[in-house]
Amino acid sequence: MPAIKSLEDLKRIREEALEKRKVKTAEGSVQVTVAMGTCGIAAGARDTMKAILDHIEANNVSGVVVTQTGCIGKCDYEPIVEVSVGAAPKVIYGHINPERARKIMQEHVAGGKVLTDWVIPA
Amino acid sequence: MRDLALHLLYIAENSVAANAKNIALAVCEDLRGDRLTASVSDDGKGMSAEMAAKVVDPFVTSRTTRKVGLGIPLFKAAAEACNGSLTIESEIGQGTRLDVDFQHSHIDRMPLGDLACTLLTLFVAYPQIHWLFEYEAIPANGKPAEKFLFDTQPIMVELGDIPLTEPAVLAFISEYLESGVAQVRAAIHN
Repeated sequence: MPAIKSLEDLKRIREEALEKRKVKTAEGSVQVTVAMGTCGIAAGARDTMKAILDHIEANNVSGVVVTQTGCIGKCDYEPIVEVSVGAAPKVIYGHINPERARKIMQEHVAGGKVLTDWVIPA
Repeated sequence: MRDLALHLLYIAENSVAANAKNIALAVCEDLRGDRLTASVSDDGKGMSAEMAAKVVDPFVTSRTTRKVGLGIPLFKAAAEACNGSLTIESEIGQGTRLDVDFQHSHIDRMPLGDLACTLLTLFVAYPQIHWLFEYEAIPANGKPAEKFLFDTQPIMVELGDIPLTEPAVLAFISEYLESGVAQVRAAIHN
């Protein structure tokens, strides 16, 4: 059974993060929002969210804010993920399973390329 | 909704929508009494007793995108199908508390699901909320109960302005939750 981590570990992590921040300059802010209304959760939004968090963890991605929102009224497109990079207009993706979420993290969040095939038509 | 962890996720979302600052989630697997109980309580804006009695009706919802809400009615039906119940207590300005319980051994009882994942997504998405999570297991054979407590306040104090989505922080919280939940589960599932 793995030992439960302590706040001491957290202290060390915080110091490391502060150290890293000194080196890095501020990046344009990136916000990733997962819609988690009842419809989103039923469609698998939590797994999509977890895939995004796992990607951040595994690839050491800094400066991305991940948040949630409720039902946005497009339940047939759930799970829905919104990505906004810097001042660019927000992009709303539909039917985002964990695999697609990872692709969005790689190509849109990291590479700046909008994956037009998955964007919900306005 | 396939499991309890997913149900708790959207119930907690309701608490967030009610502008709660403190939200507590508790899950107890009591094998001695053969009950599975869970609760979500918040200090959000609350609702009138009349509204609290009505939210179990699928055609009552406070949202404006649509006129029906199925979350709570389906959850209640699932509990009642397993010799259980779902109750909501609420007071305007004080908060809301939802309690649900199932017969643990009932064949139709929904699985527990991934509690650690539910907690992680809630905490990361709403770090400004003070989350309190308690997961307890009471073995049937008279062995002592095992309990895991997760309080986000000391973590937020320790982190200061370091965001939760910092990869090392995320890894820490996710491992902390997973090992804590696994330890309690081990007391009854082995």
